[in-house]
Amino acid sequence: MSAPMKSKAPSAPKLRTRPFTASLILIGGISALVLSLALSISVGAANISLSTVGEAVFRFNPDLTDHLVIKELRMPRAIAGALVGAAFAVAGAVMQGMTRNPLADSSLLGINAGAGLMLAVCFAFFPGLSYLKLMFMSFGGAAIGLGLVYGIGSLAKGGLTPVRITLAGAAVGALLVALAEGIAIYFRVGQDLAFWYAGGIAGTKWLQIQVIAPWIIGALLAAAVISRSITLLSLGDDVAAGLGQRTGLVKAAGVVIVLLLAGAAVSAVGSVGFAGLIIPHIARFLVGVDYRWIIPCSAVLGSLLMVFADIGARMVNPPAETPIGMIIAVIGVPFFLYLITRMRGE
Amino acid sequence: MSTLYVTATEQRRKKRAYIVIAALSSLIIISFMISMNTGYIRLSPLDVLKTLFGGGTEKQELILFDFRLPRIVISVLIGAGFAVSGAIIQGLSRNPLADPGLLGINAGASLAVVLFISFYPATERGSIFLMPFLALLGAALTALLIFAFSYKRSHGLMPTRMILVGIAFAAGISATIQILQIRLDPNQFQFIAVWMAGNIWGTNWKFVLALLPWLLFILPFVFYKAKVLDALNLGDQLAAGLGAQVNKERAWLLAAAVGLAGSCVAVGGGIGFVGLIAPHVARRLVGPQHQALLPASALTGGLLVLVADTLGRWIIQPDGIPTGIVVAVIGAPYFLYLLSRSK
Repeated sequence: MSAPMKSKAPSAPKLRTRPFTASLILIGGISALVLSLALSISVGAANISLSTVGEAVFRFNPDLTDHLVIKELRMPRAIAGALVGAAFAVAGAVMQGMTRNPLADSSLLGINAGAGLMLAVCFAFFPGLSYLKLMFMSFGGAAIGLGLVYGIGSLAKGGLTPVRITLAGAAVGALLVALAEGIAIYFRVGQDLAFWYAGGIAGTKWLQIQVIAPWIIGALLAAAVISRSITLLSLGDDVAAGLGQRTGLVKAAGVVIVLLLAGAAVSAVGSVGFAGLIIPHIARFLVGVDYRWIIPCSAVLGSLLMVFADIGARMVNPPAETPIGMIIAVIGVPFFLYLITRMRGE
Repeated sequence: MSTLYVTATEQRRKKRAYIVIAALSSLIIISFMISMNTGYIRLSPLDVLKTLFGGGTEKQELILFDFRLPRIVISVLIGAGFAVSGAIIQGLSRNPLADPGLLGINAGASLAVVLFISFYPATERGSIFLMPFLALLGAALTALLIFAFSYKRSHGLMPTRMILVGIAFAAGISATIQILQIRLDPNQFQFIAVWMAGNIWGTNWKFVLALLPWLLFILPFVFYKAKVLDALNLGDQLAAGLGAQVNKERAWLLAAAVGLAGSCVAVGGGIGFVGLIAPHVARRLVGPQHQALLPASALTGGLLVLVADTLGRWIIQPDGIPTGIVVAVIGAPYFLYLLSRSK
């Protein structure tokens, strides 16, 4: 689906794109995002009117409970949702473009598995670590997972081919997940881990946002900068090289971007992996195969999905929180199936 | 001239395939002997041989024939079943990441088991025997749904679409499992965690009898269809040009893959990783032709699970480690080693 006509290379390949639809999605999506953020701040265990939300944002008064709830609980949560959603979606888009595999997402680089293993180790051996420390540890785990995949992938003679990375990623992922499962079963910390993963963005504080936001925003911008090169890579390494791309450099940049995005997002909210897989598909379906449009649209759509899913997580069964992964699956799976059945046969 | 060359390479490849298959078979036999010796109660190799030929004490016979032998047979069968299932799916979808898990089989089976555990405690003796059937039912239902979504009258079953649908279903189902799991009490949670990690718990001849007919029926059928798989692997148009009835053959082969993986997951839990890596390992050993690849995959898978199960019993006694975990821990590094050596 993502690798059309190799044969037309190397004269500039013709791409099926819909810039008009894409601009529409971007403008409409961003306005919808602003609205959904406001909505997300206003609904919850105690409903707060939208006008109060506006007041709290623009004329904050520390003496009012509602304003405090908004500033300390609701706002960080909504913003974290938007950031993390964009991060997962763009990481998935970059991965799918670089590996030319429609099944690729950040979990294929060992990122989710590495973070999961590190969390299992922390829960088993260092119980009671602070939230921030857990976050750093799991980011470290993500980096180790990625390092393993790339280290092993590049040991081979032919260097890093997309197929080899994908296979190395699947194997390293399986290995790390198995180790994490083993630790979880042996030390009986599985259910704690499940709670952590299901927790989503419920307890996000400003501190966490201050830690992850600069990295995520920087990586999103960087992804936009290299999006043209990713389009070329998605047509095949030969095409990209023929058109004057330094493919090695672009791939290295892409990997760092994916690590920053997915690593930060996973360590902040756990693995909500499905978002990273489906959003790029949806974006590609809507705007065509040019990553200059796919990447920004994925970011906007990913944010929207995550913010809405988080609203849903609070509304389904109040005051209890429903795991956000479930909500995303409930929204995402039918829509994804609909898209698939609309796709022409392949 | 060129035909001569082709037959020469063909012959070399055949010879290589025979050597690999013979080597894998002997390795299975060696692991079989070692596995017979492994466990909480030690038996010397001589005792094992004696007992096998009918000269052991009653206790030795009980241990070997009623506990260890069925477990060993089941390990090999499960490994072979998953591996061939994976080889079929990789061949049909032409995607190296495809494995039986992508058909939603593991997820469906897990959901059935988790649902059951949520409502009935697992410790009761009867329920243990009920679970393989529930797992098979869950797996079959999920596979049917996935088929229904990836079938179009004009195109038949579409492999790419099937993989995407499978991923969507697997994601939806695991989210549901996640929710159910959080509500379980810690003991039930532990049971489910072990089951999902892939544990061979059918250590009983009944399970062998439940599993064997499926494999005896499906494996020969798949081996018989090896040439068709080769043709389908070239792409639909070429396959049709070669005279294969693409849609019909594909549907049959997929059904075979589901049957194999479904019956294996029922007895062995989520050891699906075998289905991903065994065909890859076999492909590096004997090449891409399915006539050699399918038996080599079956043997590789059987060997891997047998070794993993033996190690799992040996490392932590008497509880053992879930076999699926050991499979990944020994299978993944070997797979990565092969990957780094390939051109």
